[in-house]
Amino acid sequence: MRKSTRKKIAQSIGFLALRAAMGLVLAVLFLFLYDIGRKGGGAISWEFLSQAPRRGMTEGGIFPAIVGTLLVTIITAVLAVPLGMSAAIYLHEYARQTRLTRLIRLSIRNLSGVPSIVYGLFGVILFVNAMRFGTSILSAGLTLGLMTLPWTITASEEALKTVPDSYREGALALGATKWQSIRTNVLPYAVPGMLTGTVLGLARAAGETAPILFTGAAFYLPYLPRSLGDQFMALPYHLYIMATQHHAIQQVRPLAYGTALVLIALVLGLNMTAVVLRYRLRRKRR
Amino acid sequence: MRKNKRRNFREAAIRAFFFTCGILAVLVLLGIFATLLSTAIPAFREIRPSEFLLKTNWDPTSPEKAEYGILSMVVSTLMVTGGALLLAVPIGIGVAAYLSDVAHWRVREILKPVVEILAGIPSVVVGFLGIVLFGPAIAKVFHTGHGLNAANGSVLLAIMALPTIISISEDALSAVPAAYGEASLALGASRWQTLVRVKLPAGLSGIIAAGMLGMGRAIGETMTVLMATGNARSFPHGFLDSVRTMTSGIAIELGEVPYYTTHYYALFAIGLVLFVMTFLVNMAADVVLRKYQEKER
Repeated sequence: MRKSTRKKIAQSIGFLALRAAMGLVLAVLFLFLYDIGRKGGGAISWEFLSQAPRRGMTEGGIFPAIVGTLLVTIITAVLAVPLGMSAAIYLHEYARQTRLTRLIRLSIRNLSGVPSIVYGLFGVILFVNAMRFGTSILSAGLTLGLMTLPWTITASEEALKTVPDSYREGALALGATKWQSIRTNVLPYAVPGMLTGTVLGLARAAGETAPILFTGAAFYLPYLPRSLGDQFMALPYHLYIMATQHHAIQQVRPLAYGTALVLIALVLGLNMTAVVLRYRLRRKRR
Repeated sequence: MRKNKRRNFREAAIRAFFFTCGILAVLVLLGIFATLLSTAIPAFREIRPSEFLLKTNWDPTSPEKAEYGILSMVVSTLMVTGGALLLAVPIGIGVAAYLSDVAHWRVREILKPVVEILAGIPSVVVGFLGIVLFGPAIAKVFHTGHGLNAANGSVLLAIMALPTIISISEDALSAVPAAYGEASLALGASRWQTLVRVKLPAGLSGIIAAGMLGMGRAIGETMTVLMATGNARSFPHGFLDSVRTMTSGIAIELGEVPYYTTHYYALFAIGLVLFVMTFLVNMAADVVLRKYQEKER
């Protein structure tokens, strides 16, 4: 009897510790969101969102940084989404279990573990120097695109896995070729899932700073970029500058908070859209 | 007949296109390695490799004698990462165990995406919070002038590694066959005993892999440590010292260094060391993870 009470006490203490761990993680998350929401909310105004920084970035808004981040994310998407989808189609629909296939999968898993600053170094050599794109939206977007590629491949393959084999077999049995079966019976069902997965990857790319530090992000530009060859301001880099490099850091802290709020709203907004879409899709499948 | 031929040709071409996209992943990985290697090598025309790896002084712009020892940065990286794992691994396993064994499934369905939100917060925002939230708190508690030090970096990296550790550990725990747990409960063990003595050991390799993937992420993280650890170049002696990691070293100096100088090449050499370190950690995690998945089948 005594032993069983001790067992019960041990269990309550143990479970309490696990609950405490969960509580701690939630507390940190809410502390983060609350602090940025409260202090950043005060800085947000129409002026902040629609105007360029003024007076050595102590006043004004972050409009060029918002535009820059959107533009660079579009380049990222143009590179990473079609390539990621195609690579996933190869891996899931065409590839057999060969040594080469295993090598491709191994490379993808390793690419997703390569530090973001290393992608930045690679971008400097490949896009900025070798391809002569210079420090520009194009170089930065392509660098981020390479970084996003492993995520979009994995996400797209997950989507392909949800399409039942009977769909493929049905088309093949009617005399369709492999590609016809993929195009008519697989992709229509997989593409929505592929897109939601890739949106998650793009959201992460939009918030990245290290890969764009040396490939195109600019400290301050008084005008909007006119072409893909121009440098650009970006939200994450702007936050870094406002938080650490500005000559009047304490004075511009509210602006930094505002930038952090806009960045987090953009990234989490994209994230949540994808999560909700994915959830809906799964429901519909069932 | 001719139509068939054309159709076959088209099919082959389409297959070749998709194959090219697939093989691109291998090419990019090799490309990154080759680029880093070829840009790092010229650095060693002036720097002895042993000096580079084992000396603690990094002062490439010194007017008398430029010094290129990265040991302080390597130790700083390992210290900040080690501190992060010390915090994140127990908490992460706790959360994973809570989600898989304690929480009601409805609660779990809500909490899992909530933890994913944490993974979605950009590193530059985490670094910013290190400056405005944790820095002042650390300064107050430990009476240091400012709170930008290794401890701050460790706390932030722990927070960033947590979602990875939680989700992979939780997968590992849920992959333990239900029969194991049921057998243990049928023998009269409590749920807690079952968790600690049966499920955690059974899922151990997955949990170890989770820790290593979290470690890989922490080693390579740039913006958070750049903003929150103070970036002092000296050799670190404790967690309250301000440190400069390998990633911050590159981030700080690459913007200012003239192209094609020894200093420039040396920064790529740091990148190469960083790449090799994360590559090895990730490969090790991969091997552990594969082994355990094969065992499952």
